[in-house]
Amino acid sequence: MIAPPGDRYRLGHGWKVVARKEFADHLLSARFYVLILILGVAAAGAVFAASGGIRSVAPSAVGVPALFLKLFTVTAEPVPFPLVVFIGFLAPLLGIMFGFDAISGERSQGTLPRLLAQPIHRDEVILGKFVAGLAVVGLMLLALVIFVSGIGIFRLGLIPTPTEVGRLAVWLVVAVIYVGFWQALATLASVTVPRAATSALIAIGVWLVLSLFGGFIFRAAANLVAPADDQGALLQAEVTLSRISPLTLFSESSTLLLDPTERTVDLVTFDQINRAIVSDLTLAQSLLVVWPQIVGMIAMTAALFAIAYVLFMRQEVRA
Amino acid sequence: MANPTIVASRLTKQYGEVTVVNALDLRLQAGEVFGLLGPNGAGKTTTILMLLGLIEPTSGSIEVLGFDPARNPLEVKSRVGYLPDAVGFYDSMTGRENLKFTARLNQLSKTDADQRIVELLEEVGLTEAADRPTGTYSRGMLQRLGIADALIKRPEILILDEPTTSIDPEGVAEMLALIRNLAEDRQVTVLLSSHLLHQVQAVCDRVAIFVRGTVVAQGAPHELAAKNKGPEQVEVHTTADPAKVRTALAGKTFVQSVQPARVPNVYTIQVTRGSTNQLIASLVQAGLELSGVRRASDDLDEVYRGYFHREGASVG
Repeated sequence: MIAPPGDRYRLGHGWKVVARKEFADHLLSARFYVLILILGVAAAGAVFAASGGIRSVAPSAVGVPALFLKLFTVTAEPVPFPLVVFIGFLAPLLGIMFGFDAISGERSQGTLPRLLAQPIHRDEVILGKFVAGLAVVGLMLLALVIFVSGIGIFRLGLIPTPTEVGRLAVWLVVAVIYVGFWQALATLASVTVPRAATSALIAIGVWLVLSLFGGFIFRAAANLVAPADDQGALLQAEVTLSRISPLTLFSESSTLLLDPTERTVDLVTFDQINRAIVSDLTLAQSLLVVWPQIVGMIAMTAALFAIAYVLFMRQEVRA
Repeated sequence: MANPTIVASRLTKQYGEVTVVNALDLRLQAGEVFGLLGPNGAGKTTTILMLLGLIEPTSGSIEVLGFDPARNPLEVKSRVGYLPDAVGFYDSMTGRENLKFTARLNQLSKTDADQRIVELLEEVGLTEAADRPTGTYSRGMLQRLGIADALIKRPEILILDEPTTSIDPEGVAEMLALIRNLAEDRQVTVLLSSHLLHQVQAVCDRVAIFVRGTVVAQGAPHELAAKNKGPEQVEVHTTADPAKVRTALAGKTFVQSVQPARVPNVYTIQVTRGSTNQLIASLVQAGLELSGVRRASDDLDEVYRGYFHREGASVG
């Protein structure tokens, strides 16, 4: 009996079902509320500090470009970081939280064989989970931005211009990509390591090493590749090498996207600054400057996800 | 067999040097209950996963409802319900939510799914627990939910991996009755694996005894039993003196051994096949009062044990 190729089942449907379930799971999970709490406290602290800072300079700040965006990029005592830096530091945690048990969780609950015996492709499982995680993160970051903007509007009476809204929107997309990198890393860990706790530790380890020792590591590496007597070359090597780290890429992107007066992410000499004609960049120009950074983050995310994907496809259903 | 639903020929799976499934031939038809019996590690689960397209065979061919599971996995998986060994559900979701998720993956319409879930929960006796998180379910309840889960898609083939393990005896009887009904009323092909032969032989039309990746015997349970040439074990209950029992049986060629059982006044006697009636006659003639005589094991059990002893010795 040769049955005709069936069209009973719509293809490309399964990942949406998986994503929808994962999304609902995340929104009801304890980790979601913990993260909301952390982000909320961080945002509130940072934005009150920032608005205080803005207020104190406001009288003399007539004509400051994109004042509204300063809510995200400046800080004042006693809060040590502006909001953007804070998010650059915490975003990895978001990605890791929604990825570290993606596959190992299915294994430990014994649901993987049952799930894979349903009429969906195996890649739809990992894709659905990835998309759901990113959607939740996107939602959280969007809420955060709206929350901060709301405080800015009510406390300071600052109304964002359309360009500022555009810059925020682009920055939000870049932030989600950045979180995607960490989520892909955590997903990879969850595919390769059977225990969720181990996989979380691996991902958090990478995050801590890059954020705490990254500067030191890249300086040491720069000393190896650049001539020691040429300060400029050394510095340049360090900057270039540090762009291996998505933390650097994200922080450079944030700086450019949220501040139109920033013109470059590269080292500039005093001569170059002196002779520059002071003018603000448009959003498109800012985007152009950090386009390599953004593409770099997308590429790294895609590479990690691809490795996780291939490993998962080749894995035994049974643990 | 006019219309086979599962055909496997020379199916082989090797992991490196180890052959897990060796040249397996299977041919199942609609409405048949087939038991894949063997000890743990015999290759039963590997075989099942190959039938579902979740493991690729090293060599040999499979056809499930006319499809090759390795090449058309979705066609196969949309028509085959599967209950994995030690089935798991999402702990924080209720039984009903778990089933809904499966229904969505199988692209049932919402109204159809809701109605079907109510029916299936009733059928497996979980209506009351339906809206509790599955994290609170007992192992047996999870197993029953697993059956409902496998049936949601209205499968033409049902594959059950160790369906009766971890269920209480009453639950086993219900489960087996359910399986029998599915095969008879809905013409579903049921393939079940088990290492607990006596639990499943009653529902199986045919069984294959599977040891270390190789089928050592295949056929209807009574056919296999008929082939058995090994000794029979008989349990004799008598209050007579042990010495008297021994004298009564002394010199009888059909008696192979006499052992007092752990329970007082019960003896386990091994006789050559087909000589149970002679044994009873001899005991009665010797003037012993018998309060009961019983086969210590049924026929297939002995077949099974026979194979295990022969093959199991080298399994270790």
